[in-house]
Amino acid sequence: MGMTMTEKILAAHAGLPQVKAGDLIEARLDLVLGNDVTSPVAIDVFNKAGFPKVFDKEKIAIVLDHYTPCKDIKSAELCHTAREFARRFDITHFYDVGQVGVEHALLPEKGLVAPGELIIGADSHTCTYGALGAFSTGVGSTDMAAGMASGLNWFKVPAAIKVVLKGKPAKWISGKDVILHLIGLIGVDGALYKSLEFTGDGVSWLSMDDRFTISNMAIEAGGKNGIFPVDEKTVAYVQDKVSRPYTVYEADSDAEYESVVEIDMSTLRPTVALPHLPSNTRTIDEVRGMPIDQVVIGSCTNGRLSDMRIAAGLIKGHKVSGKLRVIVIPATQKIYMDMIAEGLTQIFVDAGCAVSTPTCGPCLGGHMGCMCEGERAISTTNRNFVGRMGHVKSEVVLASPAVAAASAVIGSIASPEDL
Amino acid sequence: MHTGKAFKYGDNVDTDVIIPARYLNNPAPAELAKHCMEDIDASFAGSVRPGDIIVGGANFGCGSSREHAPISIQASGVSCVIAASFARIFYRNAINIGFPIMECPQAAEAIRMGDTVSVDFTAGKIVDETTGETFQATAFPPFIAGIIENGGLLPYIKDKLEKEGN
Repeated sequence: MGMTMTEKILAAHAGLPQVKAGDLIEARLDLVLGNDVTSPVAIDVFNKAGFPKVFDKEKIAIVLDHYTPCKDIKSAELCHTAREFARRFDITHFYDVGQVGVEHALLPEKGLVAPGELIIGADSHTCTYGALGAFSTGVGSTDMAAGMASGLNWFKVPAAIKVVLKGKPAKWISGKDVILHLIGLIGVDGALYKSLEFTGDGVSWLSMDDRFTISNMAIEAGGKNGIFPVDEKTVAYVQDKVSRPYTVYEADSDAEYESVVEIDMSTLRPTVALPHLPSNTRTIDEVRGMPIDQVVIGSCTNGRLSDMRIAAGLIKGHKVSGKLRVIVIPATQKIYMDMIAEGLTQIFVDAGCAVSTPTCGPCLGGHMGCMCEGERAISTTNRNFVGRMGHVKSEVVLASPAVAAASAVIGSIASPEDL
Repeated sequence: MHTGKAFKYGDNVDTDVIIPARYLNNPAPAELAKHCMEDIDASFAGSVRPGDIIVGGANFGCGSSREHAPISIQASGVSCVIAASFARIFYRNAINIGFPIMECPQAAEAIRMGDTVSVDFTAGKIVDETTGETFQATAFPPFIAGIIENGGLLPYIKDKLEKEGN
């Protein structure tokens, strides 16, 4: 029987010729990731267990991105714990304020992820690296601690859903619109415990940034991972970033899929998710004019350079509406510098946006843009749960950078076509 | 056998409502317990008693990977979460920290807020003492049951590393 991409990567890392959905396996890890919220809990577990060393100081990444630059004394203590641990074991890939970026934008940019690798991260959006043809999934802090100590973890081989992407997306349709549409179709538990395997002739139209956005939100459908085939765009992306050898896996023609979902990207409209679930999707035509108080452009979902180019391109020559405030957060220091070099930062600041250094910040209601009761944001982030960006009675609408930028100029939810 | 009062919630109880991010800057279990379920049920932390049981619908614990979520529930004294299904990271985290969860769509549907419920975690048996109904939870695969019996993932990993002479 044939295997999916996910099954092949898991089999290779378990040292097995074949695995199938439902098998429980123990697999070798290529990278173990944590951030300033999850690492301290993992470090506490690690220390209490009395492990004398980490399995490989080159294969652990600790990224202080959630509450940094530290929002308060307690978060400074979390970062201190992580920093001391990184120094104690001489962790190679430790990123502190000044080098840090939002983890799932940073790791691919730094070449820490390559096709065919197996990565666990104590952050649910670790599934982002599926865009590169890697198997990556979110875990908790105890898994991170066990991974740091042993370089191993257990996995249940997931059943797969094949997502066939067809057609060329229209001008304003991005990866965000594709993944929101998919989550709207299958629901927030539509891929629970499962792997989303993206394929189809439409994949070639998607930029790497679009693919990162799509894989990033696989978890919002409950997915264990969301993986793309490796093509010329993938190879071009990793070419100047990854120097170690890597393996490209392809799904067998007779691989088993539990179900198949087809999406014709040429027919999609700009799509948003209304409060309070990412599956509560509407096309822009159904929500145009909805009042908003805040716009957030950033995050591991949509804080990459292409997102900033799209947003700046729409905002250029305008002032943001007086009805709202706009927060722009480049996801990494490199993106921050590229934005300056390309004049994007100038465009945002001239228009009246606040431009922050990299942080997860408002996405999880951490800092840099929390809302009070009764406020509503349109945000390029990934979750719109109750209280996600602040007060329990505040609301988040999820959207693409194009829709967020158009809304910033017009002052209520708007389509880029309206500008 | 544990007996307690049921706190019943709906589908897709996410980790942001189980423990909002504004409290993640202090991961001490007792601190997390003070704010457990705050954004879905502000009265929970004040009214939960040791041994009580949380009952959720489908996809319980979806969202963030924060282990703070099952830790906050465990530290509240809750003996078990029963749900129709669990989001996979929450499921892993609960097993890894040795916190009992039971997957049982029938019990998740039938048990009402405030019912007295008894659970036998090892046998997977759930009894709604208020109505007299009994339910059987989905059994764990032996490997996972082994992790739970050993008190979580770390004892298993330590044992493994010691055997390998690390």
